[in-house]
Amino acid sequence: MEYFIQQLVNGLTLGSIYSLIAIGYTMVYGIIGMINFAHGDIFMLGGFAALITFLMLTSVFVGLPVVILVLIMIAAAMLTASLWNWTIEKVAYRPLRGSFRLAPLITAIGMSIAISNFIQVTQGPRNKPIPPLVSSVYNIFGIAISLKQLIIMLLTVILLATFWYIVNKTSLGRAQRATEQDRKMAALLGIDVDRTISVTFIMGAGLAAVAGTMYLMYYGVTVFTDGFIPGVKAFTAAVLGGIGSLPGAVLGGLLIGLIESLWSAYFTIDYKDVATFSILAIVLIFKPSGILGRPEVEKV
Amino acid sequence: MSDTLLSVQSVETYYGNIRALAGVNIDVKKGEIVSLIGANGAGKSTLMMTICGSPQARAGTVTFDGEDITRLPTHLIARRRIAQSPEGRRIFPRMTVYENLQMGASLDNLKYFNEDVEKIYTLFPRLKERQAQRGGTLSGGEQQMLSIGRALMARPKLLLLDEPSLGLAPLIVTQIFDAIKALNQEQGLTVFLVEQNAFAALKRSNRAYVMVNGQVTMSGSGKELLANPEVRAAYLEGGRH
Repeated sequence: MEYFIQQLVNGLTLGSIYSLIAIGYTMVYGIIGMINFAHGDIFMLGGFAALITFLMLTSVFVGLPVVILVLIMIAAAMLTASLWNWTIEKVAYRPLRGSFRLAPLITAIGMSIAISNFIQVTQGPRNKPIPPLVSSVYNIFGIAISLKQLIIMLLTVILLATFWYIVNKTSLGRAQRATEQDRKMAALLGIDVDRTISVTFIMGAGLAAVAGTMYLMYYGVTVFTDGFIPGVKAFTAAVLGGIGSLPGAVLGGLLIGLIESLWSAYFTIDYKDVATFSILAIVLIFKPSGILGRPEVEKV
Repeated sequence: MSDTLLSVQSVETYYGNIRALAGVNIDVKKGEIVSLIGANGAGKSTLMMTICGSPQARAGTVTFDGEDITRLPTHLIARRRIAQSPEGRRIFPRMTVYENLQMGASLDNLKYFNEDVEKIYTLFPRLKERQAQRGGTLSGGEQQMLSIGRALMARPKLLLLDEPSLGLAPLIVTQIFDAIKALNQEQGLTVFLVEQNAFAALKRSNRAYVMVNGQVTMSGSGKELLANPEVRAAYLEGGRH
């Protein structure tokens, strides 16, 4: 039993990270109907930005409190990733809007390769370690919960709540939802559609960057290929939950995290990715729109 | 500076290679109600959308309040206070009625929202009953009310209505036209509307245009066109109201 709960905690931690990335996929899909395959690399880039910030800060200010250090790392990662995603949307995706459906998709794959190669060339191809910043581990009824895990889960909850508030209760969120549902009508009501789409890319990148920083701290290492597997997993999470649905992305992320750690714990770790993707296939066979996705039927 | 609010001159609009508008000229003066009648496929809705820059005119000019708006992007045209209740109503289906109305008021960032939404609810009490319901679950007539209400929330200088009577019961049509007439007389709201229901539209319009195959073929005061035998034969007989 303790072993099971232990694996639940591990799964939820991993799932939190996937959820944060999955939101970026699902939002961009919702608003312009494309899969931004470069999103996983934006996540990786966020991790690198955090790492570089860490190295710079610790070499200049020795003995900076860890809380401040981590906050600055997160802020720097969010800023860098947002700037990149904003630029990519502007130069690579926007000119292709209104072109045939595959064009932006192929471009996104191109951007994904471009970002990971850029990091490979500028930062080197080897694993980049980061020393453990928070290492306390609490033992609660025989279950080991690290401070890192608590921080990751708490931060995810805070970010999701903020995000939910923005999307559902502010005029920016309303403009985003209106643009998603009927871009032409939104423009007729004075909404700057291009700007709204830009903001969506910025928000998605911000969440992915936090996830990137958390991922770096959790595993203590990052490498230029790190955007791929977590990126595909988060994409799977978005599809599993129902692409285009925000609660779906969160649910999908948590499920993928749980499946992965429970499978590794009870079966074999080598087949954890096989398990994850098999479950995706099974869900899509029986419910093609995903768990919380809406079927494409609408009353006119 | 004349009192012309909207002036459409020699406008041509294309869908791919198909010419939908072939040199349209229309003027709407401040405080007028002008209607546009014509058969299906004549280009009426295309003209409404061209005024809003979606699609943009390939030739000709659209002038609003003395400013050339032909090449402005749609959202900037909307910010000049041109509001449209477009063809097909275009309600945001997964937003509530209340949120749809909020979207209408986004130009002023909801500054006058509480005040204006009460007016809309007085005009269409049905919307108040339905305010927490999603737009996509409304009946066609309710969506039509919402679409008009949403356009009015923008505090427009020019209101473009594309077939406001479509899908509505005759009693409600009369109610809507009377409401439009009242807004026009009390607040000087300028209205340009497309109607299939030619009788109801012409009766309440100052002037009207008749459109055939992407061109304006006739114009005159509402009364003149109502009396015109050609107009009667083509758009009114058999379509008695």
